[in-house]
Amino acid sequence: MSSFDVARVRADFPILGREINGHPLVYLDSANTSQKPVQVLDVMRAHAEQHNANVSRSVHTLGTESTAAYEDARAKVATFIGAASPDEVVFTKNSTEALNLVAHSAGEMLGVGPGDEIVISEMEHHSNIVPWQLLCRRTGATLRWFGVTDDGRLDESTLDELVNERTKIVSLVHMSNILGTINDVSRIVARAHQVGALVLLDCSQSVPHLPLSVSALGADFIAFTGHKMVGPTGIGVLWGRGAVLADLPPFLGGGSMIETVTLEHTTFAAPPARFEAGTPPITEAIGLGAAVDYLSAIGMDEIHRHEQEITGYALKTLADLPGVRVFGLGTPEGRGGTVSFDVDGIHPHDVGQILDDLGVQVRVGHHCARPVCARFGVAAMTRASFYLYTTTDEIDALARGIEQVRRVFG
Amino acid sequence: MMDQLYQEIILDHYKHPHGRGLRSPFGGEAHHVNPTCGDEITIRVTTDLSDISYDGMGCSISQASASVLHDQLTGLDPAAAFRVHEAFVELMQGRGQVEPDEDVLGDAVAFAGVARYPARVKCALLPWMAFKDAAVRAGVGVSPEVTA
Ligand SMILES: Cc1ncc(COP(=O)(O)O)c(C=O)c1O
Repeated sequence: MSSFDVARVRADFPILGREINGHPLVYLDSANTSQKPVQVLDVMRAHAEQHNANVSRSVHTLGTESTAAYEDARAKVATFIGAASPDEVVFTKNSTEALNLVAHSAGEMLGVGPGDEIVISEMEHHSNIVPWQLLCRRTGATLRWFGVTDDGRLDESTLDELVNERTKIVSLVHMSNILGTINDVSRIVARAHQVGALVLLDCSQSVPHLPLSVSALGADFIAFTGHKMVGPTGIGVLWGRGAVLADLPPFLGGGSMIETVTLEHTTFAAPPARFEAGTPPITEAIGLGAAVDYLSAIGMDEIHRHEQEITGYALKTLADLPGVRVFGLGTPEGRGGTVSFDVDGIHPHDVGQILDDLGVQVRVGHHCARPVCARFGVAAMTRASFYLYTTTDEIDALARGIEQVRRVFG
Repeated sequence: MMDQLYQEIILDHYKHPHGRGLRSPFGGEAHHVNPTCGDEITIRVTTDLSDISYDGMGCSISQASASVLHDQLTGLDPAAAFRVHEAFVELMQGRGQVEPDEDVLGDAVAFAGVARYPARVKCALLPWMAFKDAAVRAGVGVSPEVTA
């Protein structure tokens, strides 16, 4: 018997008790940002009220406490993703900053230039496209990408040609924020390493929802973001393999990332400090540590199992609704709880507006992944995304909302 | 609540748009995109505003707004057209506080409810902003003496 109790989970999230437009809130936008439990909010408040001071710079008691809490959060995150050491965990502002950090610093370390190739995919979030376009613009390197198949998977049919001796970096989304596809990256990672390229995985959508270990993934870097995993905004993570981080040049310069500074020359601190210039988001990092504690106490296996159930129920419910077309995989296997769909060609803004009127919060638009929309021939999609607190009743509310949409615009 | 946003007139224009399709000849053309949702509109105007034609894709609000614009502005003299334009922009940016004047706006008063939905105001304005650019490019309302 599973010990997972969604009602008990929901009681930890005060916002889920809200009403929207006279209806109970049905929050189906966790892929965008998740809600936060009291356990996380309490830890952040307690830190601000009792321990607040800057980190790594003081001998006084508060500074020592604050530093200990900040480093403790780093250790919790390291354990959560199966990192070899907390020193492999770099705190950033969000996934976007982590991805930009690698594009800059790995680009510099590898001396990326004309004739070199960077490989991404058609399934990426804009934050894993634009930093590479900028790198290619700066260096004259060429950007290439994996396509997406009709059923919403990475098209690996050209793997050996696409990833070749000229490839310097392969950067891919682990779980799509729009199709929900969980990419089995094992063959791509093996091929990339065979040709001597580094691999970065954008795990913004996978770390919050799946049990995950960096050693099993085999990549050189992963990026993720606190606010999608019941933590606060303003904190993200770059994990890097220790041996790779050791050689990686800094991204931003400033305080806390140095060894010694003269006006002529600076030597840099070891990782992770080398990549954390300036005062970091301290309270947010500690909040992320609390988020990791919260998720771990429930268990990522349990969370994943719950989401698989909800996703199966949602896919079936949507398939039974006339006029609804789901983009991507139609069964829960190989995908997470993020489902994008079309309702009778009705514009997603109109769909989202009617749903909002009924308290149902979904995302509409191109989801910062315009190439995916283009791939499926639409300008925008409606997306429902689930988390540990999502219930089948909420899926039923979504279905009723979609029927209302069709009544208004049919 | 939704009835205020999705007035019958708006849904009618959305389902049965008036004057849709790009026509020639024309004096000026403009293409506008709403980057947050990808909605697009192309508008063409003749210099005397005897025809305003358009094509686009987008939500009910932006598409109905183009249809209403076509109805309200086609055939007006430029000064009158710009008065309607100004009144519509003022209504949309008024956060629901502006009392619309039906004598000036005609069917466009149906959009009064949109002003209460900040996320949708851009949808309603998209065709009107494109119209303004197209009109400028066509030299609408610029008297020959002044252009010389
Ligand atoms: C797959 C993916 N990558 C990157 C990001 C960017 O995350 P953030 O905006 O927190 O940097 C997101 C979330 O929006 C995402 O879903």
